[in-house]
Amino acid sequence: MPVWRQFVRGLRTLVNRDRADREIADEVESYLEHSTDELVSSGLSPEVARRVARLELGGATVVREQVRSYGWENVIAAPLSDLRYAARRLRASPGFTAVSVLTLASGIGASTAIFSMVDGVLLKPLPYPHSEQLVELRHTAPGINIKELNIAASLYLTYGEESRVFQDVAMWTPGSASVTGLAVPEELPRLSVTNLFLATLGVQPALGRQFTVSDDLPESERVVILTDGYWKARFGGNPGAIGRRMILDGNAYEIVGVLPPAFQFMDHKFALLTPFRLHRSEVRLISFCCQGIGRLKPGVTLAQANADVARMLPMAPGKFPINPGFSATMFAEARITPTLRLLRDQVVGDTGDTLWVLMGTVGIVLLIACANVANLLLVRAGGRHQELAVRAALGAGSGRIARELLLESGLLGLTGGAFGLALAGVALRLLAASDIAHLPRIHEISIDLTVVAFALGISLAAGLLFGLIPVLKYARPQLSNALRSGGRSLSQSRGRHRARNLLVVVQVAMALVLLIGSGLMLRTFQTLRHVDPGISGANEVETLRISIPEMQVKEPERVLRMDQDMLRKIEGIPGVAGAGIINWLPFEGGSNDPVYAQSPPTREGVTPPIRRFKYISPGYLSVVGTRLIAGRDLAWSDLYSDKPVALVSENMARELWHDPRAAIGKRIRASLDDDWHEVVGVAADLRDDGIDQKAPGIVYWPVLQKSAADTEASVVRSVVFVIRTRRTGSAALLQQIQQAVAAINPNLPVADVKTLGSLYDRSLARTSFTLVLLAIAGGMALLVGVIGIYGVISYTVSQRTREIGIRLALGSPPDEVTRGFVRYGLVLSSVGAIFGVAAALALTRLMKSVLYGVSPADPMTYVAVSAGLILAATLASYLPARRAARIDPMQALRAE
Amino acid sequence: MPKTDSLQGSLDLLVLKILSRRPRLHGYAIMTAIQEISEEILRVEEGSLYPALHRMEEAGWIRAEWVIKESGRRARAYELTTAGRKQLSAEEVRWQAVTSAVGRVLRMA
Repeated sequence: MPVWRQFVRGLRTLVNRDRADREIADEVESYLEHSTDELVSSGLSPEVARRVARLELGGATVVREQVRSYGWENVIAAPLSDLRYAARRLRASPGFTAVSVLTLASGIGASTAIFSMVDGVLLKPLPYPHSEQLVELRHTAPGINIKELNIAASLYLTYGEESRVFQDVAMWTPGSASVTGLAVPEELPRLSVTNLFLATLGVQPALGRQFTVSDDLPESERVVILTDGYWKARFGGNPGAIGRRMILDGNAYEIVGVLPPAFQFMDHKFALLTPFRLHRSEVRLISFCCQGIGRLKPGVTLAQANADVARMLPMAPGKFPINPGFSATMFAEARITPTLRLLRDQVVGDTGDTLWVLMGTVGIVLLIACANVANLLLVRAGGRHQELAVRAALGAGSGRIARELLLESGLLGLTGGAFGLALAGVALRLLAASDIAHLPRIHEISIDLTVVAFALGISLAAGLLFGLIPVLKYARPQLSNALRSGGRSLSQSRGRHRARNLLVVVQVAMALVLLIGSGLMLRTFQTLRHVDPGISGANEVETLRISIPEMQVKEPERVLRMDQDMLRKIEGIPGVAGAGIINWLPFEGGSNDPVYAQSPPTREGVTPPIRRFKYISPGYLSVVGTRLIAGRDLAWSDLYSDKPVALVSENMARELWHDPRAAIGKRIRASLDDDWHEVVGVAADLRDDGIDQKAPGIVYWPVLQKSAADTEASVVRSVVFVIRTRRTGSAALLQQIQQAVAAINPNLPVADVKTLGSLYDRSLARTSFTLVLLAIAGGMALLVGVIGIYGVISYTVSQRTREIGIRLALGSPPDEVTRGFVRYGLVLSSVGAIFGVAAALALTRLMKSVLYGVSPADPMTYVAVSAGLILAATLASYLPARRAARIDPMQALRAE
Repeated sequence: MPKTDSLQGSLDLLVLKILSRRPRLHGYAIMTAIQEISEEILRVEEGSLYPALHRMEEAGWIRAEWVIKESGRRARAYELTTAGRKQLSAEEVRWQAVTSAVGRVLRMA
């Protein structure tokens, strides 16, 4: 038969199944008639002849099924009808279906949500062409004890001129600019970049042009590229913005381009991109100002790139003059070594640890969900035991029965998966809205094809996993057994108990692993909460950034006086207890440079340890609640006088002089040609790098420094005002502050308003995020595990009603019966707990990087969690056990 | 899955051969024909005849139509197609080759 006729015939059969079936039935029937006629003619009575003919033919249905298995249409139709049958069966027991689908949906939803994070953050390439070629240009300088050294302009230029491995290199640094002349003055975040920055990333502006080499020349006009968001907000997306000028920090900049809407760079929020205007002739050797990125030539490995950079590093001193005040040998002695890494690794940072821990967690939740559904299915299949046996007796192949059971569980899995996907979508939207996770690349997290494929995959795998358990048990029933036990239910065979017990033990064990994980996170969180961060009452400190550009106020001293005037105005606002200034808030870092002490003296040619530099005003420390350990705070008179002073942190004082009090009167300086600063006070340690990190040694310099040698003073122009008040976050307060600032200078934008508390919370964000998710997962696991135990015990009670009735009738005390079942539950949960503890000991070691101040094998957590779980399990078995004791013997024996 | 059958493989040949000699036979007649001609030595499992007929119809070797017999009974009568004729001669050649090969082995071994 030609293919097309087969196709048409197959289609006709599909559309008109009944007719096709009837034809086969007719043919079988006509066979039977012939056969019967023959037998009648040989002398049998018609009834007997008919019966003999039937026996010879075998089951008419079996023949029909076999005939039906030929032809392509049946390959489709048989599973379809099985699927319809499975769906009908699921609809017939809505309770079971709802519980299973919900259980699966939560497991699959959680897994899918976390996977989409893993995918968006860890797996997807960065949003640049050939992003695998992008590297971050980092160094380390063991000679001066600097672990992470960024890049200097001299090195950037050297790499650009001498490299054999890079296509392009670029340098960038975040900053801000005040925009005036466009309505209200605004302080906007910006990136300063070298002219090949966009080319290195492989990004073209959506509108206008990139920066060019000529944009760096001193005589050419200043230019700026806008982000899509700022362009739309400020210029209404008008292409006419190109060529217009805007005032940044008092200088006119021509708008030459607009970035594509999807442009992202390392999660930096910025509105403006401006060229460095780096002048090669002015570059000194040592000026580690910025971050560097490079694009490797195709096929170049990270090791080759590192080797090439190591080759180029010694060339820099020959190309650029050494800075005044630094010795020529210092560069060599710093032993600067390249530690290039992929840009992706830089962006992702240590988030991978957290995400993989969470992925493992939700994987366990999914397994528990599967175990629970498998248990429900076992009960169901147990109920169908006889039906299945009868069907097998009538000639249904074990493959056919297996297919049917698997289809049912597959359908459950897929339905659960569909709901789970929806759940994951909602969860991700919430996550993105709350930003609780503080994840990198959060904009790239979405439900895309990969995620949907993942959800589909795990749904099918889950369906198969929990579906196989009943299939293995029931697809090949022992006919005699099943049919025999049909009349009156005997106590169940050991075999059927074993599977259900095993599933409960597994559930309890996995729930325990999760609960121990959340217990450890809780302990971590508590420990971190008790760590003294070095500030206090952070929620009552409002902060905002104000920058005074040189174009507005030239003289450094007048800048400080303006800051001081604003502080006085702000302190006059009702409810404000005090105000101060710092350049970088706690937890926001600052610059890192070596500090020389006068005594003990630094050996000639040796660079002393690096310290964190922060620039503050008098009053700052008391506003943020950093205690003074010794000495005194800065005074305004210190700043205006030419007597240089500084404060140091306690750990630095102890390291240098063994005692905070001994630090007072000691003298330090930041470079060999710097003035000696007298240490007038010692401040409490500040966990500036994060609550879970060691407190760095900090020097607090005054925001205004007048040098005795130089006539020129230097001042920090962009500072954060810290304001202690109970009115943090109120619109009225912000308005009053803005009025106070405008009263002194109406052209100053107030930027980046937030509380110090939000920074503190953010430093705990990773921990609290992990804690919350683990706690949710642990809670789900506990609930499902407890329901599992409850289910097993009540099922056992219902199966043994007769036996219990007999025992009660024979005088067994009801308490004894209850105790027996509780003991059963206790044994199950204890065995589960033992395996759980063993698994937790092995698995929680993987959490080490997200724990703080608690060992992965913390005995207290293990004991408390295990005890709690066993208690919950005991309660879960007590409820059905009590029911067992209340069985009325008469009723129980009469029943069935 | 079709049941394995001792006649598997040769059943097609037998059915095709019988249909080539006596066209328009129905299923029961085909079965009795095989039994009679082979003098009751070959017996077709009833359950495998119809699947085989449908398989061959599917392959285009035979075609079927409903007829009303003299007795007034309806029956589905089968006859060979051109493709079936070709298939028959191919099967016959194969069968000869196999039996003579088996015969040689029995003689020579």
